Amino acid sequence: MPATSPRHDSGDVLVLVGTMKGAFIFSSDAKRKKWTMDGPHFPGQAIYSLAFDQRGGRSRLLAGTQSSHWGGTIRLSDDFGQTWVGPERQAVRFPEGSGLSLAGIWQITPGRADEPDVLWCGVEPAALFESRDGGESWEPVEGLLNHEHRPKWMPGGGGLCLHTIVVDPRDRSRMAIAISTAGFYRTDDGGKSWRPRNNGVRAVFLPNKMPEFGQCVHKVAHHPSRPERLFLQNHWGLYRSDDWGDSWQDIANGVPSDFGFAMAAHPHNADTVYIVPIKSDEFRVVPDAKLRVYRTRDAGASWEPLTRGLPQEDAFECVLRDGLATDTHDRAGIYFGTRSGKVFASSDDGDSWTSLADALPPVCCVKAAVVA
Amino acid sequence: MPISVIVPRALTPYTRGVGTLVIEERCRTVGDALAAVAARVPALTDRVLTEQGELRRHVNVFVDEESVRFIDGLATPVPDGSTITILPAVSGG
Repeated sequence: MPATSPRHDSGDVLVLVGTMKGAFIFSSDAKRKKWTMDGPHFPGQAIYSLAFDQRGGRSRLLAGTQSSHWGGTIRLSDDFGQTWVGPERQAVRFPEGSGLSLAGIWQITPGRADEPDVLWCGVEPAALFESRDGGESWEPVEGLLNHEHRPKWMPGGGGLCLHTIVVDPRDRSRMAIAISTAGFYRTDDGGKSWRPRNNGVRAVFLPNKMPEFGQCVHKVAHHPSRPERLFLQNHWGLYRSDDWGDSWQDIANGVPSDFGFAMAAHPHNADTVYIVPIKSDEFRVVPDAKLRVYRTRDAGASWEPLTRGLPQEDAFECVLRDGLATDTHDRAGIYFGTRSGKVFASSDDGDSWTSLADALPPVCCVKAAVVA
Repeated sequence: MPISVIVPRALTPYTRGVGTLVIEERCRTVGDALAAVAARVPALTDRVLTEQGELRRHVNVFVDEESVRFIDGLATPVPDGSTITILPAVSGG
């Protein structure tokens, strides 16, 4: 695959792939037929979070980097990864005396369109940080940092991570987060207070299967045009809420397993969502050794397997919670990466797939964007 | 006598390429020495210590040839003229 040019035209697509040993940037024009790959960026470092922020006149890449030796920070690039800058000091840091130290940066999410300098990041141990300068400096959200439930939150297999950030595009006072293992929490007062919103979501690993909090939520997705409708991939369980998480309904209708990690919303249809079911928590590979993305186009009433171009035998693959993403072209691009280092792309809403990479390090996250 | 702090190659970008820092201040412990380093190159100690001031899990610090993990951690005494070496631990996969 040829090396990419750092310059991009409007309509070009960027697929950002974070792996256990660095980040890779795939790019194409709007047709998404020919791809180039650039990387690794940050070789040897685990990249669990990547983002592309085009608000406020920027074209800024953000990468949450984690060295197994030297710790983590957030690095920035305004030239499509040709050069990376970042504060020399660790940009995301817990306050002295908190007893908490940064173990990883799991999510970077640009804020609302009308707040172009605001970004959010979710970290391990579970906490939410806010930037008001485009990602250069970060401060913890105290209301969540000091939450009364914190002593009872338990780490999952990936650590006690805040991995999902859901911003209400209409209401500045409302946003939500998901933590493994604590569940789904929402604030309605701009982050001062956070209440668990897990009514109807199971916790199969606890004696009380329906606790107020303590669920292992793996991913939550929604469409900005209908922000109150949320889709949730749980550690066992597939759910939808139509009221910002006040209540959840089971929507595991026709999927081979309701265990899984990844979930992504279609960019234009609020009823269309993608998942990659996983056989079980004990055997974390796709069911029947068939690599299938499942799509609902009716908000979870039914799901269909998407298989054309994906290996359908001897595929002992797993896609992690941030390993599935969509671009925003009219005919949406869908992308995912596996723990075995494969990356697949679809330029037709998931109807058919091609391989972008076959032997990357284990894929931690995939993000996609269309250059404005 | 001053103390020498040997910087691992991976962290020399934060010291403008300097591989050995010379600490003239009086330092009783490894923690004192790293505090003196922090005053001069805070980005370097960010990579060695967590924000709570603890030695990172996969970083080893030696006083001469002894790992401080087997002595008294950051409270390990630093004799005059000794050499402190910061090295990445054997880890990864």
